[in-house]
Amino acid sequence: MKEIIRNYQSDIYGMFSSVGEKMLYQIKFSGFTLILIFNTFIQLRYAFSKRREIVKQMYVSGVKSMLVCSIVALFGGMILSLHSGVELKKWGQQDVVPILMINVMNKEMGAFLTAIILTAFSGAAMAAEIGTMKVSEEIDALEMMSINPVKYIVMPRIVSMMIMLPTLSIYTVVLGVFGGAVVSYFQLGLTFEDYYHRVYESIWVKDMYVGLLKSLVFAIIISSISCANGLMAQNGALGVGRATRISVVSSYLMVLIIGYFITSLFYGGFM
Amino acid sequence: MIEVRNISKRFGKVVVLDDVSLTIENGETFVIIGQSGAGKTTILRHIAGFFDPDSGDVLIDGVKMNGAGSGKKRLLREKMGFLFQSGALINWLNVKENVALPLVEHKLGTKTEIDKIVDEKLSLLQLDDAADKMPSDISGGMKKRVGLARAIVRNPEIILYDEPTSGLDPVMSAKIDELILRMQRELGVTSVVVTHDMESAYRIADRIAMLYRGSIIECGTPDQIRGSVNPFVRQFVEGKLTGPIEV
Repeated sequence: MKEIIRNYQSDIYGMFSSVGEKMLYQIKFSGFTLILIFNTFIQLRYAFSKRREIVKQMYVSGVKSMLVCSIVALFGGMILSLHSGVELKKWGQQDVVPILMINVMNKEMGAFLTAIILTAFSGAAMAAEIGTMKVSEEIDALEMMSINPVKYIVMPRIVSMMIMLPTLSIYTVVLGVFGGAVVSYFQLGLTFEDYYHRVYESIWVKDMYVGLLKSLVFAIIISSISCANGLMAQNGALGVGRATRISVVSSYLMVLIIGYFITSLFYGGFM
Repeated sequence: MIEVRNISKRFGKVVVLDDVSLTIENGETFVIIGQSGAGKTTILRHIAGFFDPDSGDVLIDGVKMNGAGSGKKRLLREKMGFLFQSGALINWLNVKENVALPLVEHKLGTKTEIDKIVDEKLSLLQLDDAADKMPSDISGGMKKRVGLARAIVRNPEIILYDEPTSGLDPVMSAKIDELILRMQRELGVTSVVVTHDMESAYRIADRIAMLYRGSIIECGTPDQIRGSVNPFVRQFVEGKLTGPIEV
């Protein structure tokens, strides 16, 4: 009996210890990421001297993901307009589809879809690349040469993401709205002229800057979480895989949570 | 001068270093030998400031490395070069760009001056033909030589070598040993070398220390180590399977 109780106590102790360890790691990781963002902003003064690396990263994280962005944006817009259009057509309200499309894409879906694509495409690559550098002692080598890894590796990646995510977000909005136009023309009986006229009438500056602000914040979230996970990688290839997986999952979660708070801040009655 | 004063370090429950003390004089080549996992690289990483000891101090020319801020560490590291076990080359830069990296990043010369220094170091390590190759296109031994060229490109006062001859053929090992000796002779460089290669250790060392389970069990000149009566040292340097060292 005593043996059973002892085992039971040991299991409970192990469970609490494991939860505690994970919580401590999360706190440590959050602190590390915030310090990394702060240090990156300090290193921004070297952005001009690192312009070649920034442009290279813009190509890697932005241009290379354009095809995927195009497909997701186009079909995302088509699905959205088809779902809403079929229902609205029953009530003879298909004219509302262009308004719906530009509002949804501008306020939410443009930034969100782009963030999701770049998390999978560039965030994962960043975490894996930096993680590999960490476990193969390249980061230590930089420190040994008195080269700040934040200036040399992290800052160009975060800056490039801060440029490319809002840019691609605008591109996603344009293509998504175009996808809606295609569906509206072929399946809902609207002309392209009517569609774009209504879209143009429904563009609000506030929606545009909120969408851009969101994409900028998402860019910082995705790139900093990915870089931080890479820099904290350990235990060889296994650790790199873990860092990559955690960076993707954490970025998705943070994009959703922070996205809600930004929406709530601008459209929830606060501003 | 490098002073390691009574440092202890544990990772989790494992004691890696237990009250280790060393003094390495300026211009000395000091070799640390010992089994894998004995804590040799951990000592090197304490000297480089990657680890802070749980207790004890590491001093470089009288300045405390442990607990130093990033600015102070950067200044201390400017005196040092580190040859990592794998070479640790930046994977998107070619051989020449890797060697030039510290000079370019710290703007230590014009492009022509930097090119001249880099070419000189590459030539010294017989890497002239590999200058434009990427790290993924060269062998492990070559990576190590490129890492060494990068470590010496700023003519540091102290060079830390982590297994400098592992993975190299005997001729190239001898070449690296000769280079270590030459830098000591001509530039008065202080070298701390971690190795398993006893032939190389005897060739380059002014003093050799043997680390066993986190403690220094013997320290002396190559001749003293050769003639040591310590059964652990004897078994290790003679590479015997039987003896007090648990294999």
